[in-house]
Amino acid sequence: MNGWTDYLWTFLIGGGFCLLGQILLDTTKLTAPRILVIFVVSGVVLQAVGLYEPLVKLAGSGATVPLPGFGYALAKGAMDGAAKGFLEAITGPIKATAAGVAVAITFGYLVSLIFTPKSPKGN
Amino acid sequence: MADSKEKQEKKQKKEISKAYEKYASQFTPKPDYFGNGLKAFLIGGLICTAAFWFQNRLTAGGLSEKDAGTFVTISLVALAQLLTGLGLFDSIAKFAGAGVIVPITGFANSMVAPAIEYKKEGPVLGVGAKLFSVAGPVLVCGISSAVLVGLIYWFLGK
Repeated sequence: MNGWTDYLWTFLIGGGFCLLGQILLDTTKLTAPRILVIFVVSGVVLQAVGLYEPLVKLAGSGATVPLPGFGYALAKGAMDGAAKGFLEAITGPIKATAAGVAVAITFGYLVSLIFTPKSPKGN
Repeated sequence: MADSKEKQEKKQKKEISKAYEKYASQFTPKPDYFGNGLKAFLIGGLICTAAFWFQNRLTAGGLSEKDAGTFVTISLVALAQLLTGLGLFDSIAKFAGAGVIVPITGFANSMVAPAIEYKKEGPVLGVGAKLFSVAGPVLVCGISSAVLVGLIYWFLGK
């Protein structure tokens, strides 16, 4: 399962998502926040129609680390929950991503309180 | 008559602004599409590959695949936020562009960067609120669409 082809697919798919994001940044008027939203929601939709799971099987971290992977985790949580019941379908998305979101909020808050703003260097 | 005059004026204004846009575009530097794309592809690919390697080390150490994935995610988030706090993330992003913005590191950065900027407005309405100026829309759109998916699946599965 950990052959070099797995690493190759991870690199290619993960890099491919970033290339797509860069093309959107350079050739459209979309700003970074909008691209983040588009990527996450695309991940949700692709997983809902069953297209993202095969990509995760193929590329592992290459599909889960980019932001569509966050959408994938949200939708997967919802779908797994839906198989159990109504309430689980609602709690599934947040439950599935709770660890990442909790760390992002808590650690992010801590870092923001500790550090002071810096003017970008070299400008 | 007055109406058509107004319309004409509007049309003229539009044409002027169009001509100006054309004129200004001569002086706006075109982005280096190929170079930017290549950098984003390579750096983004490397981040994912490094994450995969780290995940494999964790599973080899006895963690389940799911837990290992979670640990990788929170490590990437914490690392990106720390680099943002140190002021290094911007320098990396200037080089790598979408290569660090599209991975989960970009989401983590998008929380801390505005929060630090608005520190002067206090720990609650400054830092606390601005943590979500970008992450808010992402979470709102992501979670609500996923809950919708869950409800649809639940309804269809009944």
